[in-house]
Amino acid sequence: MMAVGGILVVAEQAGGELREATREVVSAAAALGDSLGGPVTVAVIGQDVDSLGLAANLEGVDEVLLVSTSSSEFESDTWRQVCGAMIAGRRPAVVLAPHSVNAVAWAPAIAAEYGFGFTSDVVSFRADEDHLVAVREPFAGKVRVDVGFPEQATSILLLRSGIWPAAKAPGSALVSAFDVTVDASRVRTRHEGFEEVPPGGPDLAKAPFILSIGRGIEDKDNVQLFADLADKFGAVLGSSRPLVDAGWLESSRQVGQSGAVVKPQVYLAFGISGSTEHLAGMRQSGLIIAVNTDARAPIFNVAHFGVVADAMQVAEELNDLL
Amino acid sequence: MRIVVCVKQVGVLGDEVEFSDDGRSIDPEFLDFALNEWDWYATEEALRLREARGGEVVVATVGEERADSALRRCLAMGADRAVRIWHGGLDAQDPISIAHALAQIVEEEGPDLALCGVQASDTLDAATGAALAGLLGWPVVTVVTGLTCDPTSGTVAIRRELEGGLIEVVTASTPAVLTIQTGINEPRYATLRAIKQAEQKPLAVREIDQIEQAGAVIKTMYIPERSEHAEMLGGSPPEVARLIADIVKQRVG
Repeated sequence: MMAVGGILVVAEQAGGELREATREVVSAAAALGDSLGGPVTVAVIGQDVDSLGLAANLEGVDEVLLVSTSSSEFESDTWRQVCGAMIAGRRPAVVLAPHSVNAVAWAPAIAAEYGFGFTSDVVSFRADEDHLVAVREPFAGKVRVDVGFPEQATSILLLRSGIWPAAKAPGSALVSAFDVTVDASRVRTRHEGFEEVPPGGPDLAKAPFILSIGRGIEDKDNVQLFADLADKFGAVLGSSRPLVDAGWLESSRQVGQSGAVVKPQVYLAFGISGSTEHLAGMRQSGLIIAVNTDARAPIFNVAHFGVVADAMQVAEELNDLL
Repeated sequence: MRIVVCVKQVGVLGDEVEFSDDGRSIDPEFLDFALNEWDWYATEEALRLREARGGEVVVATVGEERADSALRRCLAMGADRAVRIWHGGLDAQDPISIAHALAQIVEEEGPDLALCGVQASDTLDAATGAALAGLLGWPVVTVVTGLTCDPTSGTVAIRRELEGGLIEVVTASTPAVLTIQTGINEPRYATLRAIKQAEQKPLAVREIDQIEQAGAVIKTMYIPERSEHAEMLGGSPPEVARLIADIVKQRVG
């Protein structure tokens, strides 16, 4: 197959719908296509991909590829074969996908195997004299790096969610099937199903006021103080991931990428430094107030009001006040 | 069964930052070093598998000499032995380069499982484990929150966590690479006696055979200019408590 260059987006679905994160990647691809040149192609992979292909036919997309496989759900071995064959065959300059739980399985694997350029958790990019430059935020966003891909003809970039707007407007792309023969003997991972989420727990997604706590509260015994404070405020108690991992709070209270994505009128954060995981779940809140001892904590980059102080001290004062 | 746990000594940034002379990394003088949190859970998971099934847990890392302390911590938790591999020409900030170095160790050790943390807290690539699987030609399952081994069939029953906390159930055949999520278990702390004993456990140091092409190259590192930053409220704890109460009251009544 001849080299076509351009940008290839590898789409993801959840529950049969095109994921919001993929819509964001499509608008990023359209913007990059404008500066880098070349067509924007979106590949949808799965069992019955026609409706997914329709959903992926968005403004800025030149071509939609339908790739039929034996499972509608992600299987990393299948996707490695499919994406590897597709990229090696079509030789796009840039491959884009969300920085997702599934993409971090197939993308680094084939990048290493085929020698493609690769970087993940990308927050912005640009073309410098035809050279692609991706921007990342290591050290929890305290620093930034510009990364380049000097040696590679094809580079895979996984984009952080919540940065680019989601593409919604329908497009007029050419839709065609792309055939890949999957070697079943090399498929050693099998999707068995999903676990039902146990009912109960607070409805964080609908709460108008969330009071969340993180590592900065320092001790499990201190959770009660904040639960009482949330009651007095009429707020729902939320949490960052580390407290759930430590078993201090049930997982239904977790705000973040791997928990609830919330958008309350007020988000009051005690002792939360603001990992990428947490910020992705709460940065859309109407008003964010953060209390943390580290003046350089990333939470202060999304908060409207910040207090550099010990979470316990401020909470005790608030408890007395209310 | 034999399990190789791939761990990383991560840099923890303090209040002050200065960059190295080439402007591509943080001056190590401004970093504290620690075992990556995800790798702590991965080591614990490997120890539990060994305790249930017998076998050996080998911890591996790519890094210079100071990374030995991360390996010693895993040995103190109960790992049997450690391997550190390094080469002065390696780009330690590139996950593909790290995966090439780890593949050299894993190929030599020939384990049933290679466990990695989901990501490293400093670089946040979430890529090394899957890249390792790509180089080995092994299956990979990412963001694992539960696993059960069936040695007779050579398979692993896995729970993994998708976005929004959705749990997927997956089966994989061994050998495989699994990336372990925090919260999968409750990692043990080493006793003082175990820390002392760990000093006597074998720690082999190896040289990387060949430096392979990096996946990406850092051109520059810099402090981001923030267009938005919180309005900081000053004062004593009673004063800021009063300010917070007032702001909240204005908004939610």
